[in-house]
Amino acid sequence: MRVTGSQLVAEVLLEHGVDTIFGYPGGTILNLYDTLYEYKDRIRHILSAHEQGAAHAADGYYRATGKTGVVFATSGPGATNLVTGIATAFMDSIPMIAITCNVPDPLIGRDAFQEVSITNITLPITKHTYFVNHIENLADAIRNAFRIANSGRKGPVLIDITKDVTADTINYKPGKPLPLDPKPAFSAESIRKVASMINAAEKPVIYCGGGVPSSGAAPELLELMEKADIPATYTLMAAGIIGYDNPRTLGMLGMHGSIAANKAIDRSDLIIAIGARFSDRVALNPNKWGKRAQKVQIDIDTSEINKNVLVDFGVTADAKEFLQALLPHIKEKNHTDWVAQATSWKNTTGDIKEGDAMIHPSEIIGAICDNTDKETIYVTDVGQHQMWTAQYLRHDKTNKFLTSGGLGTMGYGYGAAIGAQIGCPDCRVIHITGDGSFHMNLNEACTAVSQNLPIITVIMNNRVLGMVYQWQTTFYGKRYSATSPERKTDFPKLIEAFGGKGFSADTPQEFEEAFKQALKEDGPVWIDCHISPDERVLPMIPGGGTLEDMIIG
Amino acid sequence: MDNTTMRKEVISILVDNQSNVLTRVSSLFGRRGFNIDSLTVSATNDPNLSRITIVFQGTEQSLHQILTQTAKLEVVKQISPLDKRNSIYRELLLIKLRADKTERSAIHEIVEIFRGKIDDLSRTSMIVELTGTSEKIDGFMDIISCYDILEVCRTGITGISRVDEPLITDTKKE
Ligand SMILES: Cc1ncc(C[n+]2csc(CCOP(=O)(O)OP(=O)(O)O)c2C)c(N)n1
Ligand SMILES: [Mg+2]
Repeated sequence: MRVTGSQLVAEVLLEHGVDTIFGYPGGTILNLYDTLYEYKDRIRHILSAHEQGAAHAADGYYRATGKTGVVFATSGPGATNLVTGIATAFMDSIPMIAITCNVPDPLIGRDAFQEVSITNITLPITKHTYFVNHIENLADAIRNAFRIANSGRKGPVLIDITKDVTADTINYKPGKPLPLDPKPAFSAESIRKVASMINAAEKPVIYCGGGVPSSGAAPELLELMEKADIPATYTLMAAGIIGYDNPRTLGMLGMHGSIAANKAIDRSDLIIAIGARFSDRVALNPNKWGKRAQKVQIDIDTSEINKNVLVDFGVTADAKEFLQALLPHIKEKNHTDWVAQATSWKNTTGDIKEGDAMIHPSEIIGAICDNTDKETIYVTDVGQHQMWTAQYLRHDKTNKFLTSGGLGTMGYGYGAAIGAQIGCPDCRVIHITGDGSFHMNLNEACTAVSQNLPIITVIMNNRVLGMVYQWQTTFYGKRYSATSPERKTDFPKLIEAFGGKGFSADTPQEFEEAFKQALKEDGPVWIDCHISPDERVLPMIPGGGTLEDMIIG
Repeated sequence: MDNTTMRKEVISILVDNQSNVLTRVSSLFGRRGFNIDSLTVSATNDPNLSRITIVFQGTEQSLHQILTQTAKLEVVKQISPLDKRNSIYRELLLIKLRADKTERSAIHEIVEIFRGKIDDLSRTSMIVELTGTSEKIDGFMDIISCYDILEVCRTGITGISRVDEPLITDTKKE
C-alpha cells in the first residue's frame, strides 16, 4: 500500500496499539495532523493547552494504564515546550514516544523559521533520539522507539521528522512491534548468594523503589516480605506497592520518610534494595546510610549498581524475574521481635498539625481517602503537599499514585491527571496540588473542560511556595526571599471562568462537603483549601544528614 | 569495589557509524563528569561500525560507571576495557621544532634512536613524526624538550586486542 510519511506514522502507531495521542499542532506538523483527521475514528487526539501539559499527560497516561504514551508537537517552540515533560519521564524511567516534526530537510541547519535541533536538546533526557530525514527510515525509527522505550530500564524516546518526509510517499509493509531486548540474565549463584544473605539475616529490611512497580513485581515482593517476615520501606516512586495496612510496612523512607523506615535502615543488618537507586533524597549521607548493614542491590540497570552507595552484593536483573527465582530459596522465618520493634517506631510522631488555620493537610488527605475507593488515582504536584500526600495517603494499590519523583517538576500534576483520566475513564482521578505548582500549569483546566474530565483538584493553598519556605524557616533564619508571592487568585472563580466548578474550604467539615459535592460533578472541580503557611513536612532529615539530624517537631 | 585507588584504562567501544554518534558518547562523558585523557574515533572493517578508543583514569567504581553508562547508549554495540597484556596500543606524534643547521643533526640522531621520521625541513624548523606506545612518546618528548618546541600534535591512543576472539562482550545481550 502506497502511503505518505504521515500515514505511515499513523499506521505504525496503530501496529503498537496506540489509540490515544496527546499533542499540539503547528506549521511543520500540519501533514501529520491532516492525517489524524483521516484516522480520527481509530486514533483519538487530545489537544492540550500547552505542549508541556501534553507531555505530562502522555506520562500520566502510561503510569495509570501501563500503555506507552505518545505526544506530538510541532518544531521549534512546540518541541522545546516538551522538554520538561520528557525530562520528567526520563528521571522516573517512564516510557514515552515524543514525535516532533522539523522544518523541511533542505532548510535544516539554516536557522529556518521555528527550526531547532530538538534531537540534540533532548539527548541527555532521552534513552535515544531519531532524526528522520528519509522516509525509508521512518517505520524502523518508530518501531525501534517503542522497543527502546520499553526495554530494560524504561524511558522516553524522541523522533524528529522533517516536514518533507511527512509528505513523501512509500510502500507500507505492515509490521509488528519489535520484541523487547532480552532482560538481563542472572546466575544461579547470585540467587543462592542473595538467598543465603537473607536467610542468615536477623534484622533484614527491604528497600524498594520504582523498579518494583515498573517490572510488576509487587506480588513477589509481598510474598518475600511474608515468607521471610521482613519489614519493608519504599521510595516515593514505589508508594502504593505495599498496602498502608500491611503489618510489615514501615512507610516511605528518606528525607521526609517515616521515623520507622529511616531507623530500620539504620539498625538493620541487611538491606535488600530492589529496583532502587540510593538517591540523594534517600541515602542522604551515602557513607553513613545503613552503616550497620550488609547491602544487596537488585536492579535492571547495571550502571545503578554501586553508583551512589557501595553494596556488598549486586545483581543486574529484572525485579520480578529475580524475585520469582529467589523465592523458592528463601526459608520461612520469623523475625517477630525485629518486625515488632521496627513497626513500633511507626507512629511516634502521629499526625502533625501546625499553624493557626482550621484545616490541616492530614485532615484533607484523610477526608479524601474516606470518600474514595481503591481504584482512585491520586496525582500530585511538587512541594509540601506532595510529601503530605505521600505520607498520609492510604496507599493500597500499585500505579495509583502519580508523582514526579526524580525531577520534582512543579506543574506536572494537572497534565498527568488529564492523561490518567483519559486512560482510565472509569477511575476517579484526584489531583492534589499546591498554589505555587498549580499556577504553573492550571491552564490545562481548559483541556479538562473540553474533554469533560471529572478531575477533582484539591489545592493545598498555603499562599507560599511551601517547601522552599520551610527550608527558609529552618535553614535561612526565616529570610523569606521570593516565597510569599502575594497572589490574589480566586481559584473557585477562576475554574468557573474556565467552565468548571469551584469550592473553597476553611474547615474539615467544609472540605468534606465540598469533596462529596465534587464527586457528583461530571466536569473538573477545584477545591481551594486554606491551610497555614506554617505547616511543615516532618520528619525531615536535611540534605547530607543522617538519622541523628532528623527534625521531628 | 575499590573507590580510592586510581587506575588507567584503555576502553574500546564499537559504535554504529552514524552522524551524531560522537556527540552522544562525548556528551555522556561530559554530563556524567567522566574525565578522559584522550579519545579517538576510527573506521573498522565493517562500514556500519566505528571504533572509539578512550583512555580513562579513575577508580574501579568510576570505571564501572563509565562502562555501564556508555553501554546503555543505543549506538554502542560493544564496550570493554582492553586487557593490557593482550593488546597493542599506538599513538602518533607530530612535532614541530625550531632547528637551524647547528641543531639538525643532533635532533636527527634522537629521532633515529626512537625510530621516528623527519617529515619536513625548513631553514629554521623541522617536523618529526613518531608512532609508538604512549610511554615511548612520553620518553621522546622528555628528551626533545630541551629543544625549542613550536607545536605538538598527539592523536591519543588507538588499540587492538591480540586475541583472535575479541575480548569485548556485547553489553546489550549480557
Ligand atoms: C518547575 C519547578 N520550579 C521550581 C521548583 C522548586 N520548588 C520545589 S517545591 C517548591 C514550592 C512549591 O510550592 P507549592 O506548589 O505551593 O507547594 P507547597 O510546597 O506550598 O505545598 C518550589 C518552588 C520545582 N520543584 N519545580
Ligand atoms: Mg503552596
